[in-house]
Amino acid sequence: MENKQTIIINGREVPFNGQKNLLEIIRSANIEMPTFCYHSELSVYGACRLCIVDIEGMGVVTSCSTAPKAGMVVRTHTDKLRKMRKIYMELLLANHHQSCTTCAKSSMCKLQDLAARMDVKEVRFQKTGCEKALDTSSPSLIRDPNKCILCGDCVRACDEIQGIGAIDFANRGASTTVVPAFEKDIKSVDCVYCGLCASVCPTGAIMPRPETEAVWDILHDETKTVVVQIAPAVRVAIGEMFGLEPGTISTGKMVAALKMLGFDKVFDTSFAADLTVLEETNEFLKRKEKNEKLPLFTSCCPAWVKYVEQSFSDILPHVSSCRSPQQMFGSVARETLPKTLDVKPEDLHIVSIMPCTAKKFEAKRPEFMKNDQPDVDAVITTQELGRMIKQAGIQFNQLTSESFDMPLGFKTGAGIIFGTTGGVSEAVLRYASEKLTGQKPDPDDIARVRAKDGLRVHTVKIGEAELKLAIVHGLKNICEIAEQVRDGQCDYDFIEVMACPGGCVTGAGQPVSHDDTAKELRARGLYNKDKDLQLHNSDDNPYLHRCYQQHLGDIGGHKAHELLHTKYSSRKRFDDVEFLISEEHHQERLGVNVCVGTSCYLRGSQKLLEDVMKHVKKQDLHEQVEVRATFCFETCDHGPTVRVGETVMKKATVETICEEMNRQLQVLV
Amino acid sequence: METDTKLRKFGRVCEIVDKYDRNPSKLIPILQEVQKEYRYLPEEVMTYVATCLDMSPARVYGVASFYANFALEPKGKYVVHICDGTACHVKGSGAIKEALYKKLKLSGDKPTTDDLMFTVEAVSCLGACGLAPVMTVNEKVHGQMTAESAEALIDDILAEEADNA
Ligand code: SF4
Ligand code: SF4
Ligand code: FES
Ligand code: FES
Repeated sequence: MENKQTIIINGREVPFNGQKNLLEIIRSANIEMPTFCYHSELSVYGACRLCIVDIEGMGVVTSCSTAPKAGMVVRTHTDKLRKMRKIYMELLLANHHQSCTTCAKSSMCKLQDLAARMDVKEVRFQKTGCEKALDTSSPSLIRDPNKCILCGDCVRACDEIQGIGAIDFANRGASTTVVPAFEKDIKSVDCVYCGLCASVCPTGAIMPRPETEAVWDILHDETKTVVVQIAPAVRVAIGEMFGLEPGTISTGKMVAALKMLGFDKVFDTSFAADLTVLEETNEFLKRKEKNEKLPLFTSCCPAWVKYVEQSFSDILPHVSSCRSPQQMFGSVARETLPKTLDVKPEDLHIVSIMPCTAKKFEAKRPEFMKNDQPDVDAVITTQELGRMIKQAGIQFNQLTSESFDMPLGFKTGAGIIFGTTGGVSEAVLRYASEKLTGQKPDPDDIARVRAKDGLRVHTVKIGEAELKLAIVHGLKNICEIAEQVRDGQCDYDFIEVMACPGGCVTGAGQPVSHDDTAKELRARGLYNKDKDLQLHNSDDNPYLHRCYQQHLGDIGGHKAHELLHTKYSSRKRFDDVEFLISEEHHQERLGVNVCVGTSCYLRGSQKLLEDVMKHVKKQDLHEQVEVRATFCFETCDHGPTVRVGETVMKKATVETICEEMNRQLQVLV
Repeated sequence: METDTKLRKFGRVCEIVDKYDRNPSKLIPILQEVQKEYRYLPEEVMTYVATCLDMSPARVYGVASFYANFALEPKGKYVVHICDGTACHVKGSGAIKEALYKKLKLSGDKPTTDDLMFTVEAVSCLGACGLAPVMTVNEKVHGQMTAESAEALIDDILAEEADNA
């Protein structure tokens, strides 16, 4: 204990040990400091200035960016500091669109909360700048720049945790905004809809796109039968909307509330998660046996899937062909429920409740539509469900528990733990281990799988076989591995990826929490629920096997493939950017479009383009040929891609391009 | 020939990024040199530069839009700056600006003609107050202007362009 260090905060001695900055120490002493731009998982930005403190000999500094030194004498709430903070708040509020009563963030908004705490009663400053347009382009998120206070949290989260950088600061002075590249809408850029930006935003400037109106409409239509599926992570967080602790398991109350709202049947996405375990494990074991296309990446996270499609399409064959549990549920429900419930297929409506904003996007993917009918009609988040329950005047905390409907409401604990990082891997291990050895997996292995680091690599033994697992959350952590897989340098067998740090329990659709321990508590809630259940291996789910017998045939068989699997393909990162290198558009000239998108660029398309231009010059083809550079033909996995006239050429070389050019020119003559 | 210019410009962009070793910390000098080629920073070219530097286009755009020296809209072949510093303002630079706006059908929100011939912008003090009111055409200084002499200057340029065509 000899080198125990202390500082003096407001006249009391406070020990510290390893904290990076004063702010953390002050908070450890049970003093709440207001902050907008500080997040323990992000880099320090120091812009909002609310965390100011007065240090003897140093004066007023921001505590988030000040390193502690033993013996420092710190004051946190002097009269001067309180007045300064109030002025900063007023300045922030002056430029903020104060439409609290109609804002979906109201009551979860940090700006509102801190303004009240600091007792801001009037705003003495004038608004500068004018009204900016809403961005409603994406299925997952709505951006309202008028509510942005420029704290930069979203920018850093997208860059530092997801490694994407879809949004950034632009312009300067009073016109500063946070926007996607070139101030385009979010749908036209490489955003993966994870919603992390929305979860960290202290105001309502980025919010999950609500679909509650659509769901009310569906519920009010008497001719329809409406079924709902609930993702595992929702049950350990919905209580927070009603003042319960994070991690409180509210399954029964939630089912009761859904029935009261008018849903006819309440089912569990965890049933489909059990289904995923069986399909994915068998897909994996088959590959392992043949030693092909390893490692296998999981495919349950739609943000990860979009990311891999747009940034690493070369490795798409490594991504499991399994649909996510949400979509497995959708297709199985469409296939089986009309008969079981005796409804006309067109009268069956399927709603999901998800912790996730990317699931809204996933449900609208063309792969998951049949004759213009989506398998899942509407996706609402935990937050939205909470709001619907409140709107209906239901006293959530007073409800008596009710149970899920059968058969699609039955699950094992394996289907429950899907909602946290490591959960999918653990579920797969439980099934694989019992299938191959008749034994449960080693508890030590499980403990390691349950650790929390953003990237954990672990080798497990199942009988004779050794399996090398990687478990990743936060997309930035996957980048290096994805590159290794692309270059054939990766010897892992199985890789679980979830975009949200901590997994689905921290999804952007979950109730907003300013409490750092919430994700831990929610994950613990899931593990406790798993313990409470009778069965823990997906293979023991009797309803699942009945479902295979009656509807799906064999695991991994023909019908299962049709309903439970899918195929993903390359996707461009940016919408339609094309530039002419020759003169203005000439329809009659033969167009030679060389892709300079990231993937093709890495495969040497710059050189290719230069060579084609040289050829055109040398042969004096300016009058006949128009050279263009384009970003991405969505065939990145076979790049470099070049389009000559209407012919798309994959793996193009200057020779093949010139040959094709000459051939087409001859035809033209 | 026009085609050659475009080929050459793109070739230059490739040279510029290579010259700076595709180093993201050299973004600003890269954008400056690219701007010299195009007279502004086209969106596609910024996206291409982002690709080469392995940066997000949002960050490249953020940097480009932060500095007043970078132009994000195409500029005309002739860039006309009308000084609106105190001395020029007092001597009536406002009227000159309005006259040119009217003649070229431009405004503060639309500074460049559709044929990309002229860009008219008001700027702060050009440092030639002795000649007020002052305007520059592609950096060349013209002093003691009036609305009429400014219009005449534009007419001269138009005539010259017509001759060359
Ligand atoms: S949703 Fe995710 S990828 Fe899109 S801007 Fe927000 S943090 Fe970035
Ligand atoms: S959108 Fe939200 S998180 Fe992003 S800078 Fe604005 S206020 Fe901060
Ligand atoms: S939290 Fe320290 S400046 Fe914002
Ligand atoms: S980068 Fe997608 S086809 Fe070239």
